[in-house]
Amino acid sequence: MSEQQLHMTPDKPVGIIGYGSYVPRYRLAAKEVARVWTGGKGGLPIKEKSVPGLDEDVVTMSIEAARNALARACISPQDIRAVWVGSESHPYAVKPTSTLVAEAIGAVPHTQAADWEFACKAGTEAFVAAMGLVGSGMGKYALAIGMDTAQGKPGDALEYTAGAGGAAYIVGPAEDSLARVNATYSFVTDTPDFWRREYQKYPEHGMRFTGEPAYFKHISEAATTLMHSIGTTAKDYKWAVFHQPNTKFPQKVAGQLGFSLEQIQPGLLVPVIGNTYAGAAMIGLTGVLDIAEPGDRILMVSFGSGAGSDAFDIEVTDKISERRNLAKKTGEYIARRTEIDYATYVRYRGKLAMK
Amino acid sequence: MEIARHWRLKQQRYGLVGEVCPHCDHKIFPPRDVCPNCGDEAKEPFNFSGQGEVFSFTTIYEAPAGFEANAPYTVALVKLDEGPMVTAQLTDLGEQPVEIGMPVEMVTRKMRNDGDERGVILYGYKFRPVLAGLR
Amino acid sequence: MEEILITGVGQIPAGEHWDSSLREMGAKAVRLALQNAGNPEPQALFVGNMLSMNISNQAHLATLIADRADLVGIEAATVEAGGASGGAAIRQAVLAVKSGLVDCAIALGVEKFTDKAGGELESALATNMDGDFEAMQGLTTTSQAAMLMQRYLMQYKAERSAFAGFALNAHKNGAGNPNAMFQKAIKADTYLKAEMVSEPLNMFDIAPFVDGAAAIVLTRSSLYKGSAQPVKVSASALSTDTLSLHDRVDVLEFRSVARCAQKAFDQAGLRPGQINLFEYDDQFGIFAALALEATGFCERGQAWKMALEDEIGVGGRLPCATFGGNKARGFAGGATGIYQAVEAVLQLRGDAKANQVPGATHAMIQGIGGPGSTCVSHILSKMES
Repeated sequence: MSEQQLHMTPDKPVGIIGYGSYVPRYRLAAKEVARVWTGGKGGLPIKEKSVPGLDEDVVTMSIEAARNALARACISPQDIRAVWVGSESHPYAVKPTSTLVAEAIGAVPHTQAADWEFACKAGTEAFVAAMGLVGSGMGKYALAIGMDTAQGKPGDALEYTAGAGGAAYIVGPAEDSLARVNATYSFVTDTPDFWRREYQKYPEHGMRFTGEPAYFKHISEAATTLMHSIGTTAKDYKWAVFHQPNTKFPQKVAGQLGFSLEQIQPGLLVPVIGNTYAGAAMIGLTGVLDIAEPGDRILMVSFGSGAGSDAFDIEVTDKISERRNLAKKTGEYIARRTEIDYATYVRYRGKLAMK
Repeated sequence: MEIARHWRLKQQRYGLVGEVCPHCDHKIFPPRDVCPNCGDEAKEPFNFSGQGEVFSFTTIYEAPAGFEANAPYTVALVKLDEGPMVTAQLTDLGEQPVEIGMPVEMVTRKMRNDGDERGVILYGYKFRPVLAGLR
Repeated sequence: MEEILITGVGQIPAGEHWDSSLREMGAKAVRLALQNAGNPEPQALFVGNMLSMNISNQAHLATLIADRADLVGIEAATVEAGGASGGAAIRQAVLAVKSGLVDCAIALGVEKFTDKAGGELESALATNMDGDFEAMQGLTTTSQAAMLMQRYLMQYKAERSAFAGFALNAHKNGAGNPNAMFQKAIKADTYLKAEMVSEPLNMFDIAPFVDGAAAIVLTRSSLYKGSAQPVKVSASALSTDTLSLHDRVDVLEFRSVARCAQKAFDQAGLRPGQINLFEYDDQFGIFAALALEATGFCERGQAWKMALEDEIGVGGRLPCATFGGNKARGFAGGATGIYQAVEAVLQLRGDAKANQVPGATHAMIQGIGGPGSTCVSHILSKMES
């Protein structure tokens, strides 16, 4: 491979103009899943996961996160030139989530709209594209959303963690931003660690194969390549956010990359909301932005099965303090919780066989 | 299927877009193009804040066809901050008791399918208790 | 002076008519009314019906019933005004006969509820609301009444038990009505222990949905040849309010009722105090309360006290629901308004037997569509001999 700059930066500097998250109200404890499927035996990957209500899906959750992002951005929705929603649980097989979200927030009709798919990194993929659209000068603002109501087969390891939630980001000119996005880098290979075939309700996964060759390989490569390329080390970052399918993986990869548990703590939400798939890294970042100080540098690395990772170098500006209080904070959504039992969860998630 | 019927109402349904009377500033929802306050033409769109309070409420156990999967659910007359009253479901109640005067905020949610699960999903406004510390 | 007379009445029992269809029930009531009137030759048939298009997928109902009743060739049309359909059909008959264009008209009310049940019935009933802004929210007619009741209890600081009087009176009177669905009095305790339907509204705050049909025959006094003492229509009025509760300035004021009642009193030259019995629309107890208040029989917030203190009993200050009302006779949709007319005529003729209101001279009958969205009122009076 010829010598080239591996990290990517747009022509015009870009940043996060507004961000917003959403977590549904209901929680299913991992020990409740264990009670039903293993007689309560075995270790638990998280404490509890969020469960969407009967009237929620990726559309409704994206709308709420987008409204929060708009409230912080203080811009007219008419100035948004792209509405991109990354998810692996779009309500329709054919018919975009994005047009509905765009309509609900008042961004239609002069906007691009598309749904993105790449397992758990569909959201950050949309984010990279938004950087490109804004950074090239094609449009002033782009909305990138990562949101999921993740599916886990009853009894499967994924059922303990498959949660619901995500975040929305309005990307725009760096000078108006709450946080500049200095650079990004993506690392992608064909690695079948997790997949769902057409017409299948639940995904399949490679069990132990999902670890080393998939999650750890891609996140590490993306993070180290980005940091090496722009000349940073773990110590340059106040905070880091990694894709979080369970509590252990992000902690372990953080250690491997030289990050402390303190650095990942504000963005490590998986123990209390579960794995929100396309929303996971992006909602983790909202947890950080909710408490970050101007000047704080943040490394975010997503991971999507199949497989790939997008890494971002982000720097908080002084606009964060005035604008983050203009919408609901992620911690407030997390604190709003009603615990449900497995039976209610089965009903809420449409797992009851009616025919 | 009633595709066009619901499509033409999407702005009202998704975003609580009503009207404001250019003559007397009266806020109108649902839109009716004529101001109920002064009787003049009022077609200017107005985005409601979605903030309001419960004026009255009850719970439905025997739901109409298409809504059974969500039963029991709570419905309310919600008095919007800008004046008008709307009929709407309350959602995300958890175990939270509802009372007259309770502050609520608009959210966009799934209402029902148009027909069965092969039909389009109809989305619209509902209200939920205001999240703690945000009002 | 030329008067509009009711010369014949007919009704079939209100209840579950599993083996009868709309046309059979309707035709039977028409035949009974014509017989009762001495078999005149009617020229027009107005059919009050609420939901045949939804429940039975049957439009063009008046022609179907005219056909079945051996009246082919007659003028016939269906009148729909929600729960006020029956009264609205009477009003059309009154207008037709009074105009001189029709000499003898039949007002029939017929409803078939039992062909649908559960969610499908709720859906059909919900077509009476604003489809886009009420029914779309999953609202039911019962929940509308429950929200009114909730607000009423709060606003007037009344206890949950405040509405017992309406149910107790209805069931007591139903016991004397062989055409009623429920012919048994209930105890106060039964009311209090009744199953909750939609808080705070319980089983006894809501009338049962029944099949039913009733008919009356109308003509002008100059054409009347019979010897029996007929009943005259002293007033006929219909008024509307906003369709939706949420568009009202004051939801606890049934303004359609107030407007309609005022028109009726003015036409008849009567005051509320001169009405001897009131057949209100108690599809829900709260409707009865709000109707009593809006009609002017008591102050706002006081109707429940009138009911609890038995002022609405057959021997009370203002006897109401004298044959059991919707609560005990049963709510038969578009037939309800005609059942009320039949019952009032029996009272005015002195044929009410156990339920006879002594000295009944003026009876007011009133139908309500939606939560007071439409109101139709008639005052029927004994002809001075």
